[in-house]
Amino acid sequence: MTTERNIRLTVNGKAYESLVPVRMTLVDFLRGELDLTGTHVGCEHGVCGACTILVDGSATRSCLMLAVQADGANLMTVEGLADGPELHPLQRAFQRNHALQCGFCTPGLLMTAYEFLRDTSNPTEEQVREGISGNICRCTGYAPIVQAILDVSQEAG
Amino acid sequence: MVQQYIGASITRKEDERFLTGRATFVDDVKLPGMVHATFVRSPHAHARIVAIDTAAALAMPGVVAVFTYDDIASLAKPIPVRLYPLPSLEPFLQYPLAQDKVRYVGDPVAIVIADSRYVAEDALDVIDVTYEPLQAVVDIEESLRDEIIIHEAPGTNLAAHYVVSTGDIDQAFRDAEYTRKERFKTNRHTGNPLETRGMVVAYDSGELTVWGATKVPHFNREVLSSLLDFPEEKMHFIEGDVGGGFGIRGEFYPEDFLVPFAAIRLGRPVKWTEDRLEHLIAANHSRDILCDIEIAMKKDGTILGIRAQVYGDMGGYIRTHGSLVPASTAGLLMGPYNVPAYECGVHCVITNKTGVGTFRAPGRYESCFIRERLLDMAAADLGIDPAELRFKNLIQPSQMPYNAGRTRADGDTIFDSGNYPQALTRALDEIGYAETNPKRWVDDAGRYHGIGIATYVKNTGRGPFEGARIVISGTGDVAVYLGITTMGQGHETTMAQICADSLGVSMEAVTIYHGNTDYIPFGGGTYGSRGTVMGGNAVHLACQNMKERILSLASTYLDTEPANLVLQTGEIFRKGAEHGPALLSLGEVAGLAENAGSDEEDSGTLEITAYFEADQLTFSYGSHAAHVAVDPETGKIEIIRYVVVEDIGRAINPLMVHGQAVGGAAQGIGATLLEELVYDDSGQLLAGSFMDYLLPTSTDVPPIESIVLEEAPSPLNPLGVKGAGEGGIVATGATLANAVSNALAPLGVQITQLPLSPSFIVKLLSS
Ligand code: FES
Ligand code: FES
Repeated sequence: MTTERNIRLTVNGKAYESLVPVRMTLVDFLRGELDLTGTHVGCEHGVCGACTILVDGSATRSCLMLAVQADGANLMTVEGLADGPELHPLQRAFQRNHALQCGFCTPGLLMTAYEFLRDTSNPTEEQVREGISGNICRCTGYAPIVQAILDVSQEAG
Repeated sequence: MVQQYIGASITRKEDERFLTGRATFVDDVKLPGMVHATFVRSPHAHARIVAIDTAAALAMPGVVAVFTYDDIASLAKPIPVRLYPLPSLEPFLQYPLAQDKVRYVGDPVAIVIADSRYVAEDALDVIDVTYEPLQAVVDIEESLRDEIIIHEAPGTNLAAHYVVSTGDIDQAFRDAEYTRKERFKTNRHTGNPLETRGMVVAYDSGELTVWGATKVPHFNREVLSSLLDFPEEKMHFIEGDVGGGFGIRGEFYPEDFLVPFAAIRLGRPVKWTEDRLEHLIAANHSRDILCDIEIAMKKDGTILGIRAQVYGDMGGYIRTHGSLVPASTAGLLMGPYNVPAYECGVHCVITNKTGVGTFRAPGRYESCFIRERLLDMAAADLGIDPAELRFKNLIQPSQMPYNAGRTRADGDTIFDSGNYPQALTRALDEIGYAETNPKRWVDDAGRYHGIGIATYVKNTGRGPFEGARIVISGTGDVAVYLGITTMGQGHETTMAQICADSLGVSMEAVTIYHGNTDYIPFGGGTYGSRGTVMGGNAVHLACQNMKERILSLASTYLDTEPANLVLQTGEIFRKGAEHGPALLSLGEVAGLAENAGSDEEDSGTLEITAYFEADQLTFSYGSHAAHVAVDPETGKIEIIRYVVVEDIGRAINPLMVHGQAVGGAAQGIGATLLEELVYDDSGQLLAGSFMDYLLPTSTDVPPIESIVLEEAPSPLNPLGVKGAGEGGIVATGATLANAVSNALAPLGVQITQLPLSPSFIVKLLSS
């Protein structure tokens, strides 16, 4: 039985090649091996959404996926959102609306919102609430997060 | 003083690192040679440990060590109580590892250290613990019968019992024209910060560094020093960024001894990151209160007296919060009302469940639910409108400060300031109470609508002291070191606002440092809405002292009197000529301090440490109001509107105060509608994952209308502030239960327990 396997993948535009234990989760690989600690772990069983990243463009819970399953994939994490020192409109809107307190849920929510806005133009508040309902935030009560996402969609619209 | 920052809704200085993934939470800390810890935890609620076989685990490649009670025996001391101690609680305290008995599912039995967390978890499967299961006790009343004893030495499950009283309660009931007696129960649930607990500990050249401290690092350092018998000055507790506190996080738990112990024994850095399933059985639970209460009134609704028995289900051990949860339930059970006579028995009851600690507004969420429900029942019996009944009994502004009498074991409860009726009026206006007639109705879809209200008062800003240290460098930069800690409250911004205004500098010049025991010799930490009251006033005081020192240095140099100078936007001006040229910059004054020579007071760095002291509590207060619709078929409750009115004396940053109110209300709404840590009869937790323990999501939390009042600044501190962290949550259970009871009253339903899950509502309706 092979317990380790070589994988190649791209994260935020950068190519990586690595020998990983087959049982290692993708989030542990990103955090532990690539030192991309922006992606967080809140439950390790697929409920809280803190570990959400984009895998080939779709929002994915990286605690539910193994690193070896990401072989050949193109990933985007929160570290890839800003354009150098220039914050992404979503990041700016989160700050403006006080959409983060402890900030632990924030990376997962930003990635979820990124995919949501890409796929949904001019969403209603209800659609936004539905769109982020897989991400738990314990601090904000969600309203400022919803508002931040609506703000960005209006800027874009 | 030119005030420009306090009171302004400034966006947060700290946000950027969180938004870009550059924050440093404890699990982000990585050290060379670091090994990983996991814990063997009891699968039984109550059992004797017969044997522990670690041989197979130790033989596994990658396993570094396994420590059991025998390894810590020479150091083994119980974890002390931090708040609300009572002598009788002592024999019920928890040791870092179970010795011969386990008392809840999750009780730590051994700590495993391995090269990776994966291997450490594998090792858990091969550690063979032989248990002799005992019958478990999971119910308060059963526990009180003492037929099954959980701690042999004291020989009882009643860990504490005392009575608080004020006024003549017997007379009150003799004079009563109306009485009502009820039993209420609040649901065991907990804070669940999104980041689980964790720590990284390094031992190097006799120095111990602990990452992952929060809440009360100075206190925890003192405890660890005493338990490990290790000099406190060689211990460094570092907070880093923290993913939410809510009471549960940052207390001294068994793991807070065991991970440092392992790091010292092995001479290697050790990391422990709790997983969520572990968090739900190992970290503090809260809110598990049973209360028998009786009220005496006149027919016109005037309260004459309240008597009650409060039983707190404490779980298997008394933890760092001592008797706090039941004691605080009793402490404010009378609420913001004139209650001439009050008597309450407080009971701390041991059961085979996870230990209890605080969750945001501990005891106050519970007591508000109990009291406000009973008031609604009394109002209905007496044919008085619930709002009118409350106005009749609320403490009036003219009565402030108001001594509510001895409602706590350690002293009187004194409300510092407030206009309680005004807060209720505001909540009623917002929800449209007067215009909504009747206050309950059935819509075309058959849903039952109802309005519910509740009022509360909540003590905040616990002393006895808090510190701040300010250092001004030659560049004129102002560094502020705090004794308080931060789990998301935004102190890097609010404390900078206070500093900038109090000192007379721009906010950009101020940087806030927190959460490191090396920053300041003493710090009280952050809990019970004390951050702004205690920490904020410490910053203010340090700034006042610093300003005096700056003006003294400048006046000597300029050969004038300090009274002729002002410090504004970081520069010294001649008084009356603030628009003219600056005489000195702050950096230049720092240089003066450096060169001030041997004159002791004025020499050296420009640095001040100040401690703000307080021996009285500030009381935030307010009212909540809700409009709900209940589907009698499914039991689903829709919250159509939810209003939070809170008076906190003075808002440093309204944006963040609203954030606290809305976030707190969302937690309370979730806890009231969804959350319960259910145990079966054998003491197994049935809600041990996020699949079974439901936290509120964006589709569960309604928009919350938050109104912040600043009508009654606290007379107890120079800033006039009161704590803002808990007002959003306190009255959620009470308000929703009142709204639902009002809606369903025609069907004969009166809520006396939480949570209001759909299945529970359906059950109530069918019985
Ligand atoms: S950590 Fe992946 S969903 Fe919670
Ligand atoms: S900001 Fe703390 S969990 Fe969302």
